[in-house]
Amino acid sequence: MDKMPKWADVALVPVVSLILAALISAIVFVAVGQNPWEALKLMTYGAVGTSDFLGYTLFYATNFIFTGLAVAVAFHASLFNIGGEGQVLLGGLGAAIVVLFVPWPHWTLALIAGATAAAAFGALWVAIPAYLQARRGSHIVITTIMFNFMASGVLIYMLSGPLKPGGNMQIATEIFPEASHLPSLNDIAELFGSDLFGRSPVNISSLIALIACVGVWILIWHTRLGYQIRALGRSESAARYAGISAVNITMIALLISGGLAGMMAVNNTMGINTPQLVDNAAGGAGFIGIAVALMGRNHPVGIVIAALLFGALYQGGAELSAATSIPVQIVVVIQALVIMFTGALNEMVRSPIEKLFIRFGRNRVAGE
Amino acid sequence: MDFFTIIQLGDASVRMAIPLLLACLAGLFSERAGIFDIGLEGKMLAAAFLSAAVSYTSGSVWVGLLAGIGISVILSIIHGIASITFRGNQLISGVAINFFAAGLTVVIAQGWFAQGGRTPSLPKDARFNGLNFPGAVSRMRDKMQASPGMQFYSEFVSGHSILVYLGILAVPLSWWILYHTRFGLRLRAVGEAPEAVDTAGISVVRLRFSAVIICGILCGIAGAYLSTAVQAGFTKDMTANRGFIALAALIFAKWRPWYALGACLLFGLFFAIDIRFSNIQLQVIWIMALLLSCASGLTTYAVRREKIDVIVLGGLSFVLAGVAFVAWFATASTEGISIFAALWETVKVPSQLIQSLPYLFVVIVLAGFVGKAIPPRAGGQPYVKER
Repeated sequence: MDKMPKWADVALVPVVSLILAALISAIVFVAVGQNPWEALKLMTYGAVGTSDFLGYTLFYATNFIFTGLAVAVAFHASLFNIGGEGQVLLGGLGAAIVVLFVPWPHWTLALIAGATAAAAFGALWVAIPAYLQARRGSHIVITTIMFNFMASGVLIYMLSGPLKPGGNMQIATEIFPEASHLPSLNDIAELFGSDLFGRSPVNISSLIALIACVGVWILIWHTRLGYQIRALGRSESAARYAGISAVNITMIALLISGGLAGMMAVNNTMGINTPQLVDNAAGGAGFIGIAVALMGRNHPVGIVIAALLFGALYQGGAELSAATSIPVQIVVVIQALVIMFTGALNEMVRSPIEKLFIRFGRNRVAGE
Repeated sequence: MDFFTIIQLGDASVRMAIPLLLACLAGLFSERAGIFDIGLEGKMLAAAFLSAAVSYTSGSVWVGLLAGIGISVILSIIHGIASITFRGNQLISGVAINFFAAGLTVVIAQGWFAQGGRTPSLPKDARFNGLNFPGAVSRMRDKMQASPGMQFYSEFVSGHSILVYLGILAVPLSWWILYHTRFGLRLRAVGEAPEAVDTAGISVVRLRFSAVIICGILCGIAGAYLSTAVQAGFTKDMTANRGFIALAALIFAKWRPWYALGACLLFGLFFAIDIRFSNIQLQVIWIMALLLSCASGLTTYAVRREKIDVIVLGGLSFVLAGVAFVAWFATASTEGISIFAALWETVKVPSQLIQSLPYLFVVIVLAGFVGKAIPPRAGGQPYVKER
């Protein structure tokens, strides 16, 4: 046995990374004077303790599936789309404009139109950084971060100017028309006489997220375009010799990435209990997508699992900060640790495990 | 705009340029040695927090500065371990450090001071205060009435904190280290051809780690400057993307110290404009002329190139022209005047746009319309001995 089995690479390494991240987080809890075990219990209860909390966890997980897929598609082309945050905001703007100014007769039509507009706006917002990366070699990480800042400027301008409803102090659009409200999963559960998910906003767009997962899986591993994206990601020079246009594939991969990030806006504008676009609607989801994609090994199945975990973390962290004096930014710390261990320090975690497997494998061969 | 306003604008530009300059030189050392560092932002933020916190508790700003440098160097070493020792992805490591600092500063600030993620505001003697040079007038009324030369001396030359002068001095110092010492020669070589440095019997790992540590020290000073000299205390996310702007300035300066000074002063000017003139009013006809000339410039550039240029830049021109016409017609309809009268109407430029100017300029700089920038050849790649 010359290398470790695939399951260890796919499952064991991320789990060990996660445990390391959790250990350091525990030190942080101790440093601010909290009992980490109590904090963990509070967070777990806050994430899955009641039907409502579980619904919120799934709601956030839906967000993170979209942004995680967005980051993953770009990663497959060796591109780092850190601008998910801005693309989500612009996606929200697109969805809000379409839903507010067109009287949709039924929510299904509104959902299709809103998702299309959100994806289009998200993709357009990444178009300039993508073009600059593809044609001018401008660093995509820096340009997308600049576009994040400008996106929040655009959003605040739109919400306090053109889209501002009269006589309202809140920086937000009007509440979307009744006919366009998406059914929540609780509405569907009530059809079967259950009260699952309570008053949580988890809604039909969770299914869209799962469909997007299948779509990305087919795109990346079962289409010519996906092959080209992966080839470009592995080696740009090899891809070029194979006749793949680096410029076009870079553009397309980033546009798909931006579109996926933009589609998250369907969940957090049209899907919430009072559907409207608010200031700072993304709430860090674009950045959490990076951790989700890295932990999920850029594979849709892994992304769903990682998104559920981060959904629980986000919701549990919110409940924790409500119950104790720990601010919600603790989630950002844990997210950073996960990115560090699963992304940059991957080799540190992986090589000892690999050595163990090789030694164990040799012993077994020798013993037979 | 009189002479004194220009002096004040220059003064504010210098103030705003110093943290950018220190971070930019930090990135310069790191990238010249072949280590990309997206984490400048996080290191500055961590240093800003810790130096404010320690200055407040110890009462001595110098101890605070040391603490800030300390935490920044620790984060640098973590980045070094990830990207040099374990040959990890340098971008991902930098991003992780940014998030780590952004989250942890707020969590710990809340845990220590319980003021909503801020440090208490620093008393005057726990800060870096302005140094008044001999003969300089310090009161605003005296400055207004002084002669232009005296205004220049009192407002622009004198009155900054010691870190400003140190920051400016760091430029010739960096230049001297990089181009006139053996260490500098090796540092530049390890970013271009690490295999050559290795063959000469010099440790690539040790050189890169020392570069990363220098980067940490400079970022630490930059962060401490923000929280103890510009402002009196730490506030959440107070670095406001300066780490990324410094990276853009570094590319603009083509990885050279003196050009870095120029680039950072230019970016500082944009921040100064935002601070001093948050309320800019323009006639509609000027807005139209500006946007439409940008649009037509982009289109003429694009049509001589490939299809993708035409699509993207053409689309952008279309959007710019659309914004111009919307601004025009919206002015006409809200003021209730004819279309032609609206051309001479003055409107307020959205403050969000003025705040976005430094960021917009970063994108324009990175677009490379200001010249071609060639990064160090081995930048971003971990060095493997037997390649």
